[in-house]
Amino acid sequence: MLPTEPLLQVTGLQKSFGANDVLKSIDLSVDAGGVLALIGPSGSGKTTVLRCLNGLEKPDAGTVAFAGGPSVAFSATTSMKEAQSLRTRSAMVFQNYNLFPHKTVLENVTEGPIQVQRRPKAEALAEATSLLERVGLSDKAGQYPHELSGGQQQRVGIVRALALKPSLLLFDEPTSALDPELVGDVLTVIKELAQEGWTMVLVTHELAFAREVADHVVFMDGGVVVEQGHPDTVLREPREERTRQFVHRLLNPF
Amino acid sequence: MNVDWALFLDSLWPIVLGGLSGTIPLSVASFVLGLLIALVIALMRIGSNPVLAWIARAYISVIRGTPLLVQLFVIFYGLPSVGVTLNPWPSAIIAFSLNVGGYAAEVIRASILSVPRGQWEAGYTIGMSRGKTLRRLILPQAARVSVPPLSNTFISLVKDSSLASLILVTELFRKAQEITSFSQQFMLLYLEAALVYWVFCLVLSSGQSKIEERLDRYVAH
Repeated sequence: MLPTEPLLQVTGLQKSFGANDVLKSIDLSVDAGGVLALIGPSGSGKTTVLRCLNGLEKPDAGTVAFAGGPSVAFSATTSMKEAQSLRTRSAMVFQNYNLFPHKTVLENVTEGPIQVQRRPKAEALAEATSLLERVGLSDKAGQYPHELSGGQQQRVGIVRALALKPSLLLFDEPTSALDPELVGDVLTVIKELAQEGWTMVLVTHELAFAREVADHVVFMDGGVVVEQGHPDTVLREPREERTRQFVHRLLNPF
Repeated sequence: MNVDWALFLDSLWPIVLGGLSGTIPLSVASFVLGLLIALVIALMRIGSNPVLAWIARAYISVIRGTPLLVQLFVIFYGLPSVGVTLNPWPSAIIAFSLNVGGYAAEVIRASILSVPRGQWEAGYTIGMSRGKTLRRLILPQAARVSVPPLSNTFISLVKDSSLASLILVTELFRKAQEITSFSQQFMLLYLEAALVYWVFCLVLSSGQSKIEERLDRYVAH
């Protein structure tokens, strides 16, 4: 295998909310074209890591560096604007979709490209239409989010992120709010994107999916990375007792 | 009691005209200006600058804690003694819009806060600034929530605008008063004025329902 240059390098990331140290010192690296799955119990800080990568939270310390920039070294004096510069490279898919309810499906997708990136309207519309077609939603373009099922809404959420043409896709538990029978459609879309070579960081509880799609799994607990490596190692033969317990509990809930 | 129907019919058009040329433009102008004031005050109140937030709170407190009639008299009869003399119309519009600003600010603030946090974050994550997220994503959703309470504010304003008759603005109620001065038919004319106000407010209420229907198209039922 050819050595790949990391697209994203995170070092010493720290974040606390009041007295609560949510991230103690996180190091991560995501290869271009790679899929990193962040797993761990609730409150382990995995969602906070994702939010820091998108500038939705401002870390207290640490560095987030994209190959080709931006690269931000955080301290107490880092401005929110610097944190937000990270958004030019990544796009986020939320657990609760967070679609804009007053805009049609198509408008949800074109809002960023037209209003923020100032791309030509015709081009943005054509791209949005073909992206919606890809995820099987071309017939929903004119509808409002509330007229769609949860699985359809989340696929729109994914298309909205893709339309921004980010270097990195961030997924925050994308299937956790879905009815079980709708999870498959969304996971299929994510898997296809991974196979197409999109770089992504995925916070998930779907261990079987993580094993299938990710090429790197990071297990977090209590604000630290406990163990990381190839999914076959971390999810099948974990070295750490905490990882073993977590994986066992998720695979054998009863 | 004998009802002087001839007087009733003769007065109807002058009173309605007083409404159309006085009450309605006065209310509309004051409401539009008042909403602008309210939006600014609401944003100051929500924002992170403590000085601006304090000013906004003080403003709302003063407006809501003093009678509209007193505010109107301070501006029309009070200001000339400090060298500012305003005509009746500007005085009334200033007083009413400041008043609406105070009440509507709380409505707008609550409506903005009722939009889920995730909507702000979704705006940020597609690269929007705070201002753009507010304008394109948050305010349109807040508008839906604020239509019923703001309609109440507007309907109250239409009725309260009768106070402007006390600073010599020729509007609906003042027209009725003028007719009483020579006819002496107080009961008839004041009831007639009340009837016209009521019809105006019925029309406004139906307008409110239309706006709500229009804004409802994206809301789940």
